[in-house]
Amino acid sequence: MAYLNGIGLISPQKTAETSEFLTDVMEYTADYLKCIEPVYRTYIDPIQSRRMSRLIKMGITAAKLSIADSGCEMPDAIITGTGLGSVEDTEKILGEITKEERFLNPTPFIQSTYNTISSQVAIQLRCHNYNSTYVHRTFSFESSLMDGLMQLEEKTARTFLAGAIDEMTMNHLLITRRIGLWKMGPVSNMALLDSKSPGSLAGEGSAFFLIGADKQPSTYAELSDVATCINFNGSFKPETFLPEFLAKNNFSKDDIDIVMLGTSGDSVYDPIYTSFANQFFPGKAHGWFKHLCGEYHTATGFGLYVAANILKRHVYPEILHLNSVNPGKIKNVLIYNQFRNVNHSFILVRSCAG
Amino acid sequence: MSKKVFITGIGIICAIGNNVEETLKSLLAGKSGIGEITRFNTVHKGIIPMAEVKLSTPELLTELGHADSDSFTRTALLGMKAAKEALKMAGIQNTKEYKTGLISATTVGGMDRSEGFYASYLADPGSGRLRDVINHDCGDSTERIAHELDISDFVTTISTACSSSVNAMMFGSNLIKTGQLDRVVVGGTDSTTRFTLNGFNTLMILDKTGCHPFDDNRAGLTLGEGAAYLVLESEDVVRKEQKKVLAEVSGYGNANDAYHQTASSPEGTGAFLAMSKAIAMSGLLPADIDYINVHGTGTQNNDLSEGIAVERLFGEHVPPFSSTKGFTGHTLGAAGAVEAVISILSLQNQVIFPNLGFTTPMKELRITPVTVSSQRGVETHCDVETHCNASLLRHVLSNSFGFGGNNSSVVISMNNDQ
Repeated sequence: MAYLNGIGLISPQKTAETSEFLTDVMEYTADYLKCIEPVYRTYIDPIQSRRMSRLIKMGITAAKLSIADSGCEMPDAIITGTGLGSVEDTEKILGEITKEERFLNPTPFIQSTYNTISSQVAIQLRCHNYNSTYVHRTFSFESSLMDGLMQLEEKTARTFLAGAIDEMTMNHLLITRRIGLWKMGPVSNMALLDSKSPGSLAGEGSAFFLIGADKQPSTYAELSDVATCINFNGSFKPETFLPEFLAKNNFSKDDIDIVMLGTSGDSVYDPIYTSFANQFFPGKAHGWFKHLCGEYHTATGFGLYVAANILKRHVYPEILHLNSVNPGKIKNVLIYNQFRNVNHSFILVRSCAG
Repeated sequence: MSKKVFITGIGIICAIGNNVEETLKSLLAGKSGIGEITRFNTVHKGIIPMAEVKLSTPELLTELGHADSDSFTRTALLGMKAAKEALKMAGIQNTKEYKTGLISATTVGGMDRSEGFYASYLADPGSGRLRDVINHDCGDSTERIAHELDISDFVTTISTACSSSVNAMMFGSNLIKTGQLDRVVVGGTDSTTRFTLNGFNTLMILDKTGCHPFDDNRAGLTLGEGAAYLVLESEDVVRKEQKKVLAEVSGYGNANDAYHQTASSPEGTGAFLAMSKAIAMSGLLPADIDYINVHGTGTQNNDLSEGIAVERLFGEHVPPFSSTKGFTGHTLGAAGAVEAVISILSLQNQVIFPNLGFTTPMKELRITPVTVSSQRGVETHCDVETHCNASLLRHVLSNSFGFGGNNSSVVISMNNDQ
């Protein structure tokens, strides 16, 4: 068994330093959704943080928030997922080597290393335990959860800290917009589904979860299982995968009360979610969250925060509703995410109440 | 954790060989792959050496049957080449008959092409070829390799700097032990880039004379490129298919130094813990380790910290050890797998490959590395007499330590069952 015992989340919504759950939703009309950052000196020594880039500070702070939320100060493993690591630092170096190759500041190079946040968290906690970082597109966070869950299963760890961290910069937005990932100009996050055009709204976030083998008063929910499926020329078949995945966890489709979808306002790829939800979960509540955090490689970190809070608080805020079905009971939530119909992933979360 | 994980295939491409056979030949001949930079233009050419793979990118494309394509990064191509060799050696033609995964490690991903894109982009945000940047992220190379191998049951990528591919071996082994996969290809790939060259240069840890691991006059590392993969299979599959086993992954450990982002702690805490964990998992005692393929980058900091940790763990009985980075250079995300393959070659051939570039013992340490290729059972150069008399290499410990204090060690053993 694995329990979500503590959460720290820095996102474009008011999710850090609050006990509220999406009561005051931020509306934006923007090229991408930017995180609302806390005052870092509460969490990181200002002398240390002076040289840290933004993503590093967001990472350390969210990790510390999840630690404080759970009361577990020394996790048995620290495992992060990030699609791109510190984009800001990477761009600094690329800019420098374009000009001339004799720049002297090593800091951006050091910080551009993908495992910087997992190791900075280890340094801050003085944690000598297992430490790793996954960097596989929208499998990054899911892989880190799978690694941790295996360690609980193998009893090499009782607790682990899992992180989902990615940032957006204006340069990166412009480049990836040309590839076709995003809307061509600023859009309203609240009107994302009305846009009916290709591309989604970019976002960013830093979510950390303290996950333990033991239930405790702070527990949000049980993290039942996580799966990633790659789709090469139709190798992913939800009709065979989904029943097997649910059965493995002693679930049936009927047990799922809310399907939390990775719908992102992209007219090309959103139909995948619609047909998935309608085919397998007709008459069930279908929810979404990417209008609140934007699309990024580790956006399911925000999705897991949402699912965990729904289950702990027994509330399903209207802002998350994609259809009008109101679930009678809220016991089990399935998060389904996909990236360009290649990377499909599932996170199964169960209520601990009762 | 009682289930065994067997290695049934290995593949490698690095500065001393385009495959396992060529690599072994160079190792036995004591031939280093370090030389002048030729793959890209840089102001450091002729000043800072590198260990480049001898095949050019067009040659790799042709060899892999993608001569007409412009959509592969060098990182992906190196990985494809080595991973295919590993699968072939394991005798696997059909990756669909068992649940099969790929865990690949990389630190640069598609940077070899995106750094070129960025130069055009900065001059004009509307310019730059998109096919040069679409493969930038680390997941791209892994998906290309998986596609080439027709692996789709499980795919992911690890990046923990220079320890990346040992962590890929660990994660892959756990997936087999927990029954989630029957087979998994694990390893890493990295190409040389201006990004990494200049990045390491700002840290002033690139030795202009090539690396001299564990030498008192060492002045830094030498960057290399390459890829290496291992096919891991479960006990059940090995038995059912009556597979030939090359070696066993008998233990592994990952620990964090939690000291500094780039520097290792003076007492080598992370290194000590990683080695201890790996040996403990294998059910062995430190005295059972017959050889250590050390991380040994040739930087002041690593070799001192690692050496202190080795002395602390093994006490008076430090087994023979060498860094093989004088052959291959430091292949970063691929290094752990490159050195795991070399460790298997050591076991198969009962040879300890020499630590090239060593002449002067470090003042701070009692121990010195093996400097001449030494066949087991014959006289060897070694500090601890008792261990040199051992007639067999049975258990090899391979260390990979990275930025962020990420320390990982793996114990690779001869398979006693066969």
